[in-house]
Order: sequence, then structure tokens, then C-alpha cells
Amino acid sequence: MSTTTVAHDAEHHDHPTGIMRWLTTTNHKDIGTMYLTFSLIMFFVGGAMILGIRAELFKPGLQLMNPDFFNQLIGVHALIMIFAALMPAATGFANWMIPLQIGAPDMALPRLNNWGFWLLPPSAILLTLPFTLALFGIGDGALATGWTFYPPLSVQGGIGVDFAIFAVHLLGISSVLGSINIIVTLFNMRAPGMTLMKMPMFAWGWLITAFLLIATIPVLAGAVTMLLTDRHFGTHFFDAAGGGDPVMFQHLFWFFGHPEVYILLLPVWGFIPQILETFSRKPMYGYKAQVYSLWAIGALAIVVWAHHFFTAGMPVPALLYFMYSTMAISLPLAVLFFCWIKTMWKGSMSFETPMLFAVGWIILFGIGGLTGLVLADVAADAQYHNSYFVVAHFHYTLFAGGIMGIMAGVYYWLPKMTGNMYNEKLGKLHFWLTAISFNLTFIPQFFVGLAGMPRRIPDYALQFAEFNAISSVAAFVLGISQLLFAYNIIMCARGGKKATDQVWEGAKGLEWTLPSPPPYHSFTEQPTIK
Amino acid sequence: MVKQGMKSVGLGLLLSLTAIRASADYSWNFPEPVTPMALDTLNVHNKFMLITAIIFFVVLAIMIYSIFAHRKSKQYKPVTDKAPSTAVEIFWTLIPFVILLLIDFVIMGIPAYHSVVMMEDTRDKATMVIKVTGSQWRWQYEYLDGDAQGIKLVSNLTTTEDEMKNKAEKKEHYLLEVDNHLVLPVGEKVRILMTATDVLHNWWVPQFGSSRLAVPGFIRETWVQVDKAGTYRGQCKELCGKGHGYMPVVVDAVPMDQYKVWVAAKKEEIAKADAGADKEWTKEDLVATGKGVYEKNCAVCHQVNGAGLPPAFPAMTGSKIILAPIFGADGKYLKDSHLDRILNGKGVMPAWKSTLNDTDIAAVITYERNALGNSVGDMIQPSQVKAARQ
Repeated sequence: MSTTTVAHDAEHHDHPTGIMRWLTTTNHKDIGTMYLTFSLIMFFVGGAMILGIRAELFKPGLQLMNPDFFNQLIGVHALIMIFAALMPAATGFANWMIPLQIGAPDMALPRLNNWGFWLLPPSAILLTLPFTLALFGIGDGALATGWTFYPPLSVQGGIGVDFAIFAVHLLGISSVLGSINIIVTLFNMRAPGMTLMKMPMFAWGWLITAFLLIATIPVLAGAVTMLLTDRHFGTHFFDAAGGGDPVMFQHLFWFFGHPEVYILLLPVWGFIPQILETFSRKPMYGYKAQVYSLWAIGALAIVVWAHHFFTAGMPVPALLYFMYSTMAISLPLAVLFFCWIKTMWKGSMSFETPMLFAVGWIILFGIGGLTGLVLADVAADAQYHNSYFVVAHFHYTLFAGGIMGIMAGVYYWLPKMTGNMYNEKLGKLHFWLTAISFNLTFIPQFFVGLAGMPRRIPDYALQFAEFNAISSVAAFVLGISQLLFAYNIIMCARGGKKATDQVWEGAKGLEWTLPSPPPYHSFTEQPTIK
Repeated sequence: MVKQGMKSVGLGLLLSLTAIRASADYSWNFPEPVTPMALDTLNVHNKFMLITAIIFFVVLAIMIYSIFAHRKSKQYKPVTDKAPSTAVEIFWTLIPFVILLLIDFVIMGIPAYHSVVMMEDTRDKATMVIKVTGSQWRWQYEYLDGDAQGIKLVSNLTTTEDEMKNKAEKKEHYLLEVDNHLVLPVGEKVRILMTATDVLHNWWVPQFGSSRLAVPGFIRETWVQVDKAGTYRGQCKELCGKGHGYMPVVVDAVPMDQYKVWVAAKKEEIAKADAGADKEWTKEDLVATGKGVYEKNCAVCHQVNGAGLPPAFPAMTGSKIILAPIFGADGKYLKDSHLDRILNGKGVMPAWKSTLNDTDIAAVITYERNALGNSVGDMIQPSQVKAARQ
């Protein structure tokens, strides 16, 4: 045993410094840090785009941009937020925390891990490059079809569509590589005694996410490749004139797209209960029930896709099937909500920033979930579909349920990662500003959607003006508040009050047994779980 | 800190609510329903919203109670949870599950079932059929049966560019006004066949409660039965390109007798246009008429000055198709000629033969050949277009 330790130490001193350290690193924590940093940068890029949109929508009329540029911003905003902000953040946490939580020295496939990350910056460039090219007169800008690529509009579109297709391919490869790595790590590198049913909930959330990614990303890759050949090589997959069907693309896209929602959320559902148990000073309630519910949601996720296009025209039995199966998701989800609240119930709670985000997350994600239940109703969906009601709904699930969840995780683990405490006052201020301005941004969108405002329009009728003005102002507050978040993270990384190993009084689990920050090779000797 | 925060949230919400109350132009729910389907949708929506709101606030209340009661600052000691073990405990654990099953599949599920069946029943008792065609970026309507058979309308946005660019005051129905309204009789079930010529569109009037995707190359169905006279406005709600926000739907629902008068007037208009097709036109008259037709139907893509928006929408000025002859030696129009392209379309270019009459087509062709920087010099008579259709 002592010889291996020496060997590891030698390796530690050998690894390169400066830029080469980051380019060549195979260390799970370095790669995790890169994922999280990339995610934070892209969060601001995607956010700046949507603030452009909100500024344009502040009042009726075209003030700042032409409709074509507007369409480019909405689509690229979504792709960036989903693929370049939320997914890399979750993968970053997986890289950092899964080896720590299961008592492993590193991820199972470190070189693959490095490659998985370094595919991301080129794809982010592919997504945004057409904006720059258009300035030089090359092409007509980025993808202008919304993030869903629906043909025939995407067949009609310019080079932005091709760039986006290749970006999606790279992002997809990166996700699949990351997923393979996580599955292999979880199946092979758990500490002795840690059976699957003793794995931390975050590991469970990611295990199911990884399977969902592997099951659905290839379908997306296939769909966008078919689109590419329709665009350039004369095929007719989505062209009725050649025997194809435009709606078939929607089936393929959402076969990926709906599980994608859970891909974004399952990792969060994994670590939120861990945060709750830490700050309630009481073990999480219903571990088994939560694991089974995660599996149930993962399974249901891949059989409900068509509820994203009920108005496309489907036979009645298909409509009924997709409606009832979608409603069925509420059952395992309700079990999860019950377990989360029961974990808090009769605990001894304190409300540091991670706990504030976790509790706020439960409430706001609850609104997203309940409006989702209503959206499952086919008849009412004819009204909600593609209106601002849907926009508000999926921002409650993906901003509140996704990004605010990630923020809870950042505040929770940042002291462990950096070895320093962040500024608690700023963290709390960030939470309250985010929660309030988020609601003031999106509650008006529920109403404006019910009143009949379609999404993805650059200009709107006069009766929608007041709600849009409120939403725009709040969106700017929301956007600017995030600078506090970035500032807090940077200051924490640079120094501050030293964090203890356990960091939080109620924290349980292997990651809290290591020093803060953890050593280069996390566990050089495997801990044993009883 | 938490308490202070809570107070500021409360205050913030209260302030924003009072600010909202102060003005009148806010709508909190679906607009007034005027079809059986919209009424049903509104009822379903209200019921579901009520149920979900109850669930939300009950759960929220439990959580908030816990947040205030079970905190460390009050020296609350954490309890140890046990899994339910006795039959009674398991029974009480199952109760929420059963309640949720009941809500999902009975209280919400059964009305939802009936709504779906009603929504999809496009044929029973339908007294007339219209065809709605979406194209970039306008709606076209065609009456397929009954007295109105043969009436075709092209419905273009009438909001001016000055209004959009804030150079002129915005009119009441900013972005929601078109030149030709679709006219439907009150109280009749109208079956709607939906299609598109280029990309996906979605025909939506919020007060009708129906929305259906218009798919190029396919026919989709829906129906409306407007029970109250009035003018109803909606929009395309499937992203269809740069003009997506500029293709509104406007429907006039009128009593049957007024509808009949309208049909008769439209029929007379068509007869007049047909007669116009048989008379001999001068080039000047055709160019003058053609300018109007062009600006209404073609300029949105090919631009008012004919410069187009290449590569998707080619320029008219110097276009090879326009400069080439229309008719061959045998007197028949050539494939890929100017007339062929306008009648039958190709790719992104829609076929206009079912939407424009002979005079309009002859006029717009003559205009494009002798204006917009072109001077081919020839002309085409409406009678030649009429012959070409055979």
C-alpha cells in the first residue's frame, strides 16, 4: 500500500502547470472546475441574449432589432442555457463530487473525461460564430428556428442551422462520453461496502440521467443528421413532396427533448435532498422511495414525448395515451416532494444560503410541476401551447428547478471545493433578489399567455404591453443580480475564512470526511462503508 | 435575516399587486369564450387551476409551518424518522397516493377525456367546410361547399411599417388587423381543413379554443362553432420565420342573413372579375393593377423595390425567369417560365393559382416584366392565364 502512495505523490509533483495543466488534465476535480467555470460563463452569455429580447419586448413596436435577429437570439439562448449552462453544471458537479461521495480516487475513465470537456468550447463557438460571421457578410446569422429546429423552417434557414447541427453533435458526443464515464465509475469504483442502495442520492440521480442521455442523445443526433441531409443532399425525410413528414421530426426531437428535461433535473433532485438533510440535521426521509421514484420518472420520461405537440394533429387514442401517461408522472414526483418536505419536518433547520435556495427551489419548482400537470390536458393545451403560459411554465421548471437548484449546489459545495467560506450575506442577498425578480419576471408571463400572446413574436398587440413591461424590468433585475453570484464565487475562490473539513454542522457523507479543499487524488485509500 | 427577507418579499409582492390593480388593462385568464370548445377549455382550465392551487397552498402551508416551528434557532431537536411498519401507518401513507390517482385520472382525467373527444369530432353536424392555408406570412381561406363555394380570401396584415417602427401612432388593433376578414355564420359548426404551403403555421383564435398545426403537404382538421356575433382576433402560433409575428387571424362572426348577403356580394365580385378576365386589357391598366397585387402579396418576400432577400427570396430585378419568354412556339406556356412559377410555385415560392384570379395573375406578371427595374416590354392578357389553367 505504501508503495502506491509514493507513486501517486510522484505523479502529483509531475503534472504541468499553467494552461497546459488545464488542457491536459485528467484529474476529476480540475475537469469539474472547468465544466463549472464554462457553465458560469455560458450562463452569462445566454442571459445577455435574453436580456436583449426582454429589452425589445419592453414595449410594443420594433425598437432594437429586426425580427430575424430576434428569432436567432431566442433559439441560441435556449440552446446555450440547456446545453452549455445547465448540462455542464450538472456534469461539473458529477466530476467533482461523485468520486468524493463514493470514496474513489478519480473518475474511471480520466482521458475520456478530459475529451468530454474539451468538446464543449468548440461547440459553444459553433453556436455563436454565425452571429460574428454575419457581421462580415458571411451567411445570415445564427439558427433562427427556435432551439427545436422544426423543419421545414430549418430546411429553409441559412448556415446558422448547419452550425447549430454540428454544435449539437459535439455537445451530444460530450454528454454521452460523460455519461459512460459516470456509469462505469458508479458501477466499478464504489468504496467497499457501498452497495447500490447505499449510494448517495446525487449519485443515483446522475446514474439515471446517464442512462437517459445514452438512450436519447443518439435519437437527437439522428434527427439533426436527417435534417442536414434534407438541407444539402436532397433527401426528403421531412418533406411531404418526397413522401416525408415534417411532424416526424417533432416526434424524433421530443423523444430526446422530453427526457432532456429530466436529464437537467435528476442531478438536482439528487443533491437537493442531501442539502435538506444537512441543514435539517436529520437523515433524508424515504431513501428507497426516492430512488424508486427517480427510476419511475426516468422510465416515464421516455414514453410521454408527444405532449409537446398535441396541436400537431394526432389520433384520439394517441392524444389520450400521451395525456394520461404525462399525468402519471405526477405520482412519483409527488412522492419526491413528500420525501423532501418530510426530511425538513421536525428537523432542526437553519437557513444558510444553500438551504434558502433548496427551500425556494421546492416552492418554485412546485409551481412548475403543477402547471405541467395542467398542460398535460389536451383540450386546455390547445390554448396554452406555444403561448407565454408555456414559456413561464418551463422557466419555473428549468430556471427555478434547474438553475436555482444548481445555485444551491454551488453554495453547498463551494467551501469544500475551494477550502474557503463564501460571503454568507451576499449569498442571502443573491437568493432573495433572484427569487423575487424571478417571480416578477415570469408570473406576468402566465397571465399574458392566458390572454393569448404567442411566444417567439418580436412585437405584440397593445393589450399585452403592461405585463411585458413588468416582466422586462424584473428580468433585468434578475440578470444583474447574477453578477453578485459570480462575484461571490470569485472572491471565495481567491480566499476568505477557511472552511472546516465538515463545512456544515449537519453534513454527512464521504465528501465531508476529506480536507477542504480535498487532496489532488481524492481517496488514495478506499474508505469502508458499514 | 430570513425573517427580514420574508418581510421584504411580502412587501414587494404587495407593492407590485397594488401597482397592477391601479391600471385596468390587465387580463388574468382566458379571454371570453365564444365557442363550445373554448367554453369547455375555460371550465377545464379553471377547475384544474383551482385543484392545483389548493394542492400548492396546502403543501406550502405545511412547509412554512415547519420552516418556522422546526428551526435550530428555537432549539428544536430533530426527531428520528421511521419507515411505516404497521398496517395503519401504511394505510395513511397510501392515502395521498390514492388522492392523487383520483385527481389525475378521475377528477381531472374524465372531463379531459370528454374535451378531447369533442375537440377531435370534426364531422358530426358540420354544416360547412372551409380550407385554411398558412403561408409566409399570410392566411388564405377558401369556402369549399354550399352557397359560398368558390370564395377565396387572402388575408394580409394591414398594420403599417411606420406603426411598427414607432413613426406613426399605433392603431387600436395594432398587429391584429387584416385586409380581408374570414366571415363565418353564427351558430353553425364549421369544419376547418388546415394546410400550409411552405413551413409550419398554427391557426389560433384564443376565444375559439381551437388551435391546429398547418403542415405543408398534409391536411389537418379542426372545427369552430361561433355562438356570438363579433370580430375575433388571433395569431399564428408556430414560429414560421421573420414574419411570424405578422400574420394575424381575424374572423367576423355574423348572423346567417348577413352572412348570406356577404356571400352574394362576394359572388358578384368574382363574377365581375371573371368578366374582366375575358376583356382585352391595356398594358398600362395591367401594370397599374399589378402594382397593387404585387405590393399586397409579393413584396413581403421579394420586397417593394424588387430587390428580394437572397438567397431565400430572389430579386425580381433582372430575374432570369422574368426576362425569359413565357410562351413557346406552340402557344403553350413553358416549364419554369414566369407564368409557370406564379401558377404552380416551386420550393419556397407558393402556388398562386388557387388564390389569385386570372386578372390578378396577368396584372402582376405584366407589372413584374415592366417595372421593378425590368423592361421586357411584353404583356399577358387575363384570358391567356385563363387558358393556361386548362
